[in-house]
Amino acid sequence: MAVSATLAAIAVLLGTATLAIAAHRRPSATALIYGICLAVSLLLLALAGTSLLGRQPAQHLTLPIGLPWLGARFRIDALTAFFQIVINLGAAAASLYALGYGRHEEAPGRVLPFYPVFLAGMNLVLVADDAFTFLVAWEFMSLSSWALVLAHHHDRENARAGYIYILMASFGTFALLLAFGLLAGPSGQYAFGDIRGMTHAGWLEGLVLVLALVGAGSKAGLVPLHVWLPLAHPAAPSHVSALMSGVMTKVAIYGFIRIVFDLLGPPSWWWSLPVLGLASSTAVLGVLYALMQRDLKRLLAYSTVENVGIVFIGLGLALAFMANNMAGPAALAFTAALFHAFNHSLFKSLMFFGAGAVLTATGARDIEKLGGLILRMPQTAFVFLGGVLAISALPPLNGFVSEWLMFQAVLLSPDLPQWGLKLSVPAVGAMLALAAALSAACFVRAFGIAFLGRPRTPEAAKAAEVDTASRASMFVLLALCLIAGVLPGLLIDAIAPTVAGQIGQSMPAQSTIPGWSIVPIAESRSSYNGLLVFIFITVSTLVAIQFIHRFASDALRRAPAWDCGFPNSDPATQYTADSFAQPVRRVFGENVLMARDTVDMPPPGDPRPARLTVTVRDPIWEVAYAPLSSFISYAAEQLNHLQFLTIRRYLSLVFAALIILLLGGAIWS
Amino acid sequence: MERFFLDVAHLLAGGLVLTSFMLLYQTRMSSLLVVFALQAFVLTLAVGWQAHVQHAPHLYITAAIALILKAIIIPYALSRVVVRLGIHRSIETVGGISLTMLAGMGCVALSMVVMMKAMAAADPLTREDLAFALSVVLLGMLIMVTRRNAVSQIVGFMSVENGLILAAAGAKGMPLVVEISVAFSVLVAFIVIGVFLFRIRERFDSVELQVLDDYRGERR
Amino acid sequence: MVLILDLAVQGVQMLAVLALAPLLLGFTRKVKARLLRRQGPPLLQPYRDLLRLSRKEVVLAENASWLFRSAPYMIFAATWVAAALVPTFATGLHFSWTADLIAIAALLGSARVFLALVGMDVGTSFGGIGSSREMMFASLAEPAMIMIVFVVALVAGSTQLSHIAIFMQEHASLRVSLGLALVALVIVALAENARIPVDNPATHLELTMVHEAMVLEYSGRHLAVIELAAALKLLLYVSLVGCIFFPWGIASGEPSPAAYALGAVTYLAKLAAGGFLLVAFETSIAKMRVFRVPEFLGAALMLGLLGTLLLFVSRTF
Repeated sequence: MAVSATLAAIAVLLGTATLAIAAHRRPSATALIYGICLAVSLLLLALAGTSLLGRQPAQHLTLPIGLPWLGARFRIDALTAFFQIVINLGAAAASLYALGYGRHEEAPGRVLPFYPVFLAGMNLVLVADDAFTFLVAWEFMSLSSWALVLAHHHDRENARAGYIYILMASFGTFALLLAFGLLAGPSGQYAFGDIRGMTHAGWLEGLVLVLALVGAGSKAGLVPLHVWLPLAHPAAPSHVSALMSGVMTKVAIYGFIRIVFDLLGPPSWWWSLPVLGLASSTAVLGVLYALMQRDLKRLLAYSTVENVGIVFIGLGLALAFMANNMAGPAALAFTAALFHAFNHSLFKSLMFFGAGAVLTATGARDIEKLGGLILRMPQTAFVFLGGVLAISALPPLNGFVSEWLMFQAVLLSPDLPQWGLKLSVPAVGAMLALAAALSAACFVRAFGIAFLGRPRTPEAAKAAEVDTASRASMFVLLALCLIAGVLPGLLIDAIAPTVAGQIGQSMPAQSTIPGWSIVPIAESRSSYNGLLVFIFITVSTLVAIQFIHRFASDALRRAPAWDCGFPNSDPATQYTADSFAQPVRRVFGENVLMARDTVDMPPPGDPRPARLTVTVRDPIWEVAYAPLSSFISYAAEQLNHLQFLTIRRYLSLVFAALIILLLGGAIWS
Repeated sequence: MERFFLDVAHLLAGGLVLTSFMLLYQTRMSSLLVVFALQAFVLTLAVGWQAHVQHAPHLYITAAIALILKAIIIPYALSRVVVRLGIHRSIETVGGISLTMLAGMGCVALSMVVMMKAMAAADPLTREDLAFALSVVLLGMLIMVTRRNAVSQIVGFMSVENGLILAAAGAKGMPLVVEISVAFSVLVAFIVIGVFLFRIRERFDSVELQVLDDYRGERR
Repeated sequence: MVLILDLAVQGVQMLAVLALAPLLLGFTRKVKARLLRRQGPPLLQPYRDLLRLSRKEVVLAENASWLFRSAPYMIFAATWVAAALVPTFATGLHFSWTADLIAIAALLGSARVFLALVGMDVGTSFGGIGSSREMMFASLAEPAMIMIVFVVALVAGSTQLSHIAIFMQEHASLRVSLGLALVALVIVALAENARIPVDNPATHLELTMVHEAMVLEYSGRHLAVIELAAALKLLLYVSLVGCIFFPWGIASGEPSPAAYALGAVTYLAKLAAGGFLLVAFETSIAKMRVFRVPEFLGAALMLGLLGTLLLFVSRTF
């Protein structure tokens, strides 16, 4: 029932795409298409919500399409339902936002048809229950998002982003294809149900793990496969950026969980080492890159890389615990990972919407062209500030809760028996803490430069608040962030079936604990009460305000800024984004990012302006990708000769290939 | 009470590792020598405590040697040397302090693992004390590797020796002769190196090892 | 009845930290002056300063936003809540289960984020320099704090401060990793409270200032609230060191007036000792260059990590 309803909804989305092709020239098309998408997303959200909260058992459906002996299999279990909630919540928010934002789109014909297809593709990945359907849906999702990235393809940057994205996406799909091929074995059992029942050799499992990390990791943005993400996500229109960053990365995480936790069978302890290593370096490098960015959307995309790293840290810890039969801690780590994935979809969508609102109001993505927006866009500034607090893992918002759970999981890991884990997990904990602290610095910088201070350009000085639909969407997301932060027990209980489905055990029920506290293991060990912290802070603030207003002077005078007695009215004298990042750049960036500041100071008497040039390079790009890219160009150059052969030579090539293949087959068996 | 004895011994051994990290962290010659004196003082306490716990009076002599020689005479003499050489300002490290500290952490982790595995049968406190001693030795070597200046290399060398004494004091029943000879060998090494330093400087106007390498034709 | 009593004790704690915070500040200033052979301001001077500030009018920069006017209260509230959750004279207070040590560190983080934001609100270069440096320090101090929390939590088997204090009272022992954590916590506390050698609380108009640069544009009652929050933060860190590493005298178990009185007296003694040691350290050391501070804090992070590592490897440390 739920499966067929979901598939029907996906079909409606595909139908909407054809409608969009037909009607995109009409002025009312934008509202119509996004309205339908909003309704369908809400419907899918409700379906997934009932199946997760109702703790319904897994449901199957097989359609007679696709591979003839296999059909297209679909299944909705608790894992699918959880990620459906994440995705359709994000999709609903994005559609609501786009009701307002989409009106500013100059080429709606390039966005409207692909948007519903993109939503359909993501949903289809989640419900797929055989490798073939999964890969088709995955590629569907990649291609539709690629088309959306290229919506503004006249921009050279965007064209390059699209090119790199399609390369990386194909590479990722290829890795997943190989992974599924290995999983299915020589008999070619591509249905997930059959794969689950099989046992695999140890080396094969390791290979599948690596392929899953490469395939799903390249989509999610794990370092060193992240290079496309900060280029492609910002290139799309803002609501699509929000979907790609906040939601599509979650589909990739789903793919990883499905393959490694569900299909691959019981883990070995060493699986967690590559996952933890990649995840923690992703978290720290992602946020360091984000700190160096001036483009607001690119900064947000890099921060997505960081958050994906945090989610994978949770998954790696869960693998380590599972391998040692510590189901309780594994459930805690897994819950933390899912919780953080959910949280990230909320606040990252919120912040991309905010960036879109700023883009609409000022036409600028470079934060050094902004400033003082808090006075002209107070509501956007307010919600963006909420997003800043949530993503910086500050109580009482939701980002803190998931990182708190993650730290609690780290604290349980001294019981792990393996030396490799004993030595690496504390370092992972330190990296996690470092990433959280750096992300606070990163978002203080982003908010401080863009929204606070004085306007740096006339456009920023003339900015006006955006439309109601956009603001409503952002406020809804902020409210959800607050609820998830204040009442985390409800959410933990809601995802308990998902956790139990993969780990075999879930965290203890939280909503029965008096006073809405969350207690991961035992009350004597740790507890956190978001509601009480929220009330405490609110009451203390109100008490302080009341007290001050009652007993202190309430005289107030507006005057020029003090600035130690030398105020300068030129907005160029403010701190800039690059100068704000300078201390961090100097402490962390010189070794890690090869950041260099060069000062060109003209001698006295020379009227040239002094110049400070900041160069930040991506060492991964230069070490891994640049040689690869030049090798590929070289190989293509060489292969180019093949184009100018005679027919007879072509035929002999084909014949030789056939013979070699047959020979290989003969020797192999 | 037994537990308390062991705890204090443990804490002092840990303090020795801590001072080794402080040596790694120092960038100034004069404060490097002060920290070295501090390390020798902690060593004195550690050895003295072992003497008290083990009722081994000869360890008091070792402690006294450590106190007089390493905590007072050598740092004082070295600081005079440093002032006379005019190098009591900055010393450069190879590859930044944070990297050195990380390498130091790695050394400590390594010695923990090695000792835990090698002496799985011994009681935990003994083997952890040995692990600390090994860490001090490794950190001392790290100081010698990361510093270019000859004086700080002497400090690193003597820090290595501190680690050895700690290991010996922890293991019950080390003959006194060995200690005295070790102590005297350090003293001799100190004198020899001290004399050489002046000779080197007279010839090359520098105590940078790089200059010596250059002179030998080992250009990098 | 029990509930009311519990709430009353909790309320006493909240008011006590509020009342004592300026006194601790005054005490440190007085001791510092005496150590420098100056007369020094009277002990109660911080109270007078706060009173005077709150009676003055606020001079607000022309382009200051709503955030600038509301942030002082948020900063104060976050710090106050954090300070109220640290056991001072008694453990197991009614609301102490609300948040653990990690949450307390994060609450202080919230206060810092607001402070750094308002530093940039008016759009002056001094505010920006303060905010940017504060966030750089925080990016090392926060992980160091988390590592310290790890050490303490692994030793005591809890991140809940009341439990940690009770555990430390009952199983007092000398541990290497706790020693490392203590050194690291002192370093973090110096940095977080803008004390020498990281920042100088007594200077203005220097390019090296950090905390004072962020609050430069504040005046009147807003400044009073911020100053009080800063004093509370100092008190919080001294209490934290006292509660984790020197938990003797803190009332635990069955509440009784005698136990509370003993707890209060030892708490005051701890504050005095902590303040004195802080000032003694400050007067014997010079302020660091700004880019020496990351190394200083990095050392705290390394110590915390080393302590955690030791505990992961063996439980006997």
